[in-house]
Amino acid sequence: MKVTVIGAGVAGLSAALTLAERGAAVTLYERSESLGDAAASFLAGGMLAPFCEAESADASIVAPGLAAIDWWADRVPGVMRNGTLVVAPVRDAGEIARFGRRTSSAQSLDAAGVDALEPDLAGRFWQGLHFPAEAHLDPRIALGALADRMRALGGTIHFGSNVQPEAAMGDTVIDCRGFVGDDSELRSVRGEMLILRTHEIHLARPVRLLHPRMPVYVVPRAGGLFMVGATMIESAASGGPTLRAAVELMNAAYALHPAFAEAEVLEMKAGRRPAFPDNLPRVTRSGRIVSVNGLYRHGFLLAPDCAAKAADLAFGAQPREEIAA
Amino acid sequence: MRIYDDIFSSRLMLGTARYPSPQILRQAILASGAEIVTVSLRREAAGERAGQKFWDLIRETGVKVLPNTAGCHSVREAVTTAEMAREVFGTNWIKLEVIGDADTLQPDLFGLVEATRILSAEGFQVLAYTTEDLVAADRLVEAGAQVLMPWGSPIGSARGLNNVYGLRAMRARFPDLTLIVDAGIGVPSHAARAMELGYDGVLLSSAVALAGDPVAMARAFRLSVEAGRLAFEADPLLPRDMAEPSTPVLGRAMLGGAVSS
Repeated sequence: MKVTVIGAGVAGLSAALTLAERGAAVTLYERSESLGDAAASFLAGGMLAPFCEAESADASIVAPGLAAIDWWADRVPGVMRNGTLVVAPVRDAGEIARFGRRTSSAQSLDAAGVDALEPDLAGRFWQGLHFPAEAHLDPRIALGALADRMRALGGTIHFGSNVQPEAAMGDTVIDCRGFVGDDSELRSVRGEMLILRTHEIHLARPVRLLHPRMPVYVVPRAGGLFMVGATMIESAASGGPTLRAAVELMNAAYALHPAFAEAEVLEMKAGRRPAFPDNLPRVTRSGRIVSVNGLYRHGFLLAPDCAAKAADLAFGAQPREEIAA
Repeated sequence: MRIYDDIFSSRLMLGTARYPSPQILRQAILASGAEIVTVSLRREAAGERAGQKFWDLIRETGVKVLPNTAGCHSVREAVTTAEMAREVFGTNWIKLEVIGDADTLQPDLFGLVEATRILSAEGFQVLAYTTEDLVAADRLVEAGAQVLMPWGSPIGSARGLNNVYGLRAMRARFPDLTLIVDAGIGVPSHAARAMELGYDGVLLSSAVALAGDPVAMARAFRLSVEAGRLAFEADPLLPRDMAEPSTPVLGRAMLGGAVSS
């Protein structure tokens, strides 16, 4: 079976690889000139944190989100299964209790517990939550690894190709373009992020800093890099980050540890997350075109599940019970 | 509840930020019975209609949109945002916030009066987010505001009515003005209390948006606002210093003037 996939973000690459693994001859088209140039997923935090996300997201994301951790670990390097640490400034300690009530699978930590998990945060937080089953990865490494694996299975990727689904070749076309469609229900939720570099502190896992107005997270990456994210703004604006967002993200990093004040700011970017009104992804078929869209802030968490559903539709199987759609 | 030229049967107004999803926001609006919701322009618009999709989702519920100037820290910023809001939403209403303190989000009353004067002169119908300060309230009315929205407590603090005495004094000072308690409401009993004091309405946001079940909480607030209003209209019994029997007691000994029943 010949399949064309359009869009090489996390949705498109996951779908392309899944189809190639199931024996399809896959061709992937991407309008930008190189991997990640136009993909929201290139700016993602790369947290595989279904329990933490379920604090505000629908509980149906937990099962596919947990399965995604194994899916990624089997396919890409650098999946760290160190869990997630959740802390709050002393004044906002009540947020920890609230977060704990709204989530499951957390272990409560006292000050010694926080210090034991992240020694560089010693003495800074009196309590926290640990979600040991969660994981994280580096999105840029992961997307590159998906592309390599898909090519190794005989797939091809064409960059700089603005292909329309209706005109594309193949028995099935998987449309993973995100915003270029004209779906009236799809909207953009803007997110702004920073990448910092410092060797003064080390973290083993993503740390979420709860704050009544501006919850943020800091995700450690190799080489002293830290991704700080992310704002959630109901906006389709495509420009760079606002000063307000940058200040808020920087303040949060500084609140986590003052050593971040000396960090080098390597990157400040803004992306647009495609989302449907329920903030859950949809995998739908219309003729030979299968659409995967609306991954919102759960690209890495839910792309493997969406890819499996898209592949089921491509191969004519009944889709599994719709977990995420 | 009168807002300038319009009368509304619901006395509950909802904010629209920080819901788990627009779908849950929509369900919460319906469950609350609210006829007016506030929308923040400051962060969403960025000079273009970038938040249009989100606003369309809100408009589909059929409610009236009250744009606000949340996040504005100066008169000029607030005036510019109000002008943009009039263009985007096609309404002269503006919930005017001029924030004076970044931590408590306390209103800058001086800037608020000035911005109210400017916007009223431009034909806006200003709903002013203020404190319970009576002098500031006088100035706001002089400047043209016909709806005042005193805080219960700081925005998002969920502390309820911090100064019941002050809110009661404000109601007494402005018996005919539309007064709406805005900010600081955490649980339905806070809203009921505001209504029992005779306030015309209540505006709240995070109490519903950040509840574990926003839709259920929206309904709880609907009921509490109705209950509080009904209680106010029913002329509630005020606290007394002495116990009093609810039925005359005959044939019982009365000792020292006290009656046991």
